Amino acid sequence: MALPHATTTPPGAREPTAQPPPGAAGRTRRKVGVHAPWWFVVPAIAVYVFIVVVPSANGALFSFTDWNGLRPDWSLVGLDNYAAVFADRTARDALANTLILAAAATVTQNVVGLLLALGVNSMVKSRYLLRVIFFAPVVLTPLVAGYVWSFLLSPNGAVNDALRAVGLDSLAHDWLGDPDTALYAIVAEIVWQFAGYSMVIYLAGLQAIPREVLEAATIDGAGAWSKFRRVVLPLLNGAVVINVMLCLIGGLKQFDQVMAMTGGGPGTATETISTAIYKSAFSLGDFPFSIALAVVMTVVIAVLAAVQFRLTQRKTS
Amino acid sequence: MHARYTWRTLTREATLILLALLFLVPLAGLLNVSLKPQDSQTGTLAFAWPPTLDNYAQAWDQARLGAALANSFAITTVSVVLIIAFAAMAAYPLARVTRGWSRHTFSFVIGGLLVPGQLALLPLYATMRDLGLLGSLWSVILINVGQQIPFSVFLYTMFLRELPLDYEEAALLDGCGPVRSFVTVVFPLLRPVTGTVVILNTVGIWNEFFTPLLYLGGSDNTTAPVAIYGFVSQYVSQWPLIFAGLVISVIPILVVYFALQKHIIKGFAGGLKG
Repeated sequence: MALPHATTTPPGAREPTAQPPPGAAGRTRRKVGVHAPWWFVVPAIAVYVFIVVVPSANGALFSFTDWNGLRPDWSLVGLDNYAAVFADRTARDALANTLILAAAATVTQNVVGLLLALGVNSMVKSRYLLRVIFFAPVVLTPLVAGYVWSFLLSPNGAVNDALRAVGLDSLAHDWLGDPDTALYAIVAEIVWQFAGYSMVIYLAGLQAIPREVLEAATIDGAGAWSKFRRVVLPLLNGAVVINVMLCLIGGLKQFDQVMAMTGGGPGTATETISTAIYKSAFSLGDFPFSIALAVVMTVVIAVLAAVQFRLTQRKTS
Repeated sequence: MHARYTWRTLTREATLILLALLFLVPLAGLLNVSLKPQDSQTGTLAFAWPPTLDNYAQAWDQARLGAALANSFAITTVSVVLIIAFAAMAAYPLARVTRGWSRHTFSFVIGGLLVPGQLALLPLYATMRDLGLLGSLWSVILINVGQQIPFSVFLYTMFLRELPLDYEEAALLDGCGPVRSFVTVVFPLLRPVTGTVVILNTVGIWNEFFTPLLYLGGSDNTTAPVAIYGFVSQYVSQWPLIFAGLVISVIPILVVYFALQKHIIKGFAGGLKG
């Protein structure tokens, strides 16, 4: 059976072929009596409102109260919870750590992912097998990956063994036990696990670049580097935007690997907003503090998303 | 530009293969250590010989992985089926109806992509507790469905907007009602995006740690990652035993990956490019 064109293409996979202009045939024919019942949205909206909308709105509201989660009664306390959050050293450390971790992971993962994509997009014979290998860690349970790495990074683990084997004994140390390196060790784990994810998105972007464009650049005498800088990279803009957004939001919510590798320690060296929210609520029972911290996290994500959106809008227009 | 296989390509290939081996070291180390006797003092990468399966039998029993894997399986299956049903249904009017309410509803749902789950965490926890759902698989299933609705609805709607109306119109002319035409005509046409939705959600939900830790931790209904978390803190630094448990817990998802890798890689890229 011949399927219509769109069904063989993943959504958003931009074909170089021309799309029909908006408002042409499609618009007028849309009125020809295809009835999509409005109540089809009800189940999805009901669960979404129950699980996401109402509790999120309540979270924002309760951050201005002394609600402790147990009693139904509460009273307004204004900005007290926020004052407590910003006065708390652990919370401030968590905020700083989260921003550093998200930024470091986003930059490194995108550079590595792009290099891998360029590598496996070339004519190397093993490219299909390589894609499978580089992507494999993506499907691994993050918690499990965290445990494996905490073992590799332990004082007598493989990383230190390898350093000693090549004579770099001075670098060998307890990566996760040292407050100066623990956060970056976690970043390294995240990059190992998710570089393959960035790779496939960049790969999809690379494969959407029409071959004629590259050939034209070659004919014009462009070398490999200038071809990459002036032709490939601008055309990958869409993939960059999505990759940066995904890495950034993923990094800002980081929880699993930290719990597996350090539990937030040593001290507060790897505490993230997510682990701090979890601990203040479920270990310390401080619901008001925890909920205010969650609002701070939401604001941070929203601001960074808006900034990124503005920057990329300017770039594309 | 089908260049010949040059020295440059060879160098590139060698570099990539070396890098791939480096990528595989953690996975190989995981498997290797799990096969060592528990009192083994050899280094991380010293080959486990003779290999022993004792750790696997012991981890299976002590981490109660059988029950945990069954729960993971149940949660993942039911969640993914509900996500597909609800998201595909919702996307149909959202993509086809051009009036105002549809646009507003779409924005309302997509807005959920920007709200981190942590904001809803405590009120939702209190609600689930009041409903008596703590420790029940249904709490985790409901949360998975609610949290995944925005992204899945987004994928389905974008896909449907590109899908021509011809088939639905033909069905309508043949006397098909809207519901029947959705079930028999539209939903089968959504197969490619359904594949993407299944892949993304299966991997995400199977590997999910935070929600089941919170809602199922301490109950008899744990999932594989939560069972592993408890197991590791109990047998801390008995690495061979722990690693056997880790291997068992990731076998299902890795089997799925290697069996479907071609579609999975495509689905991830396609689903996220939109």
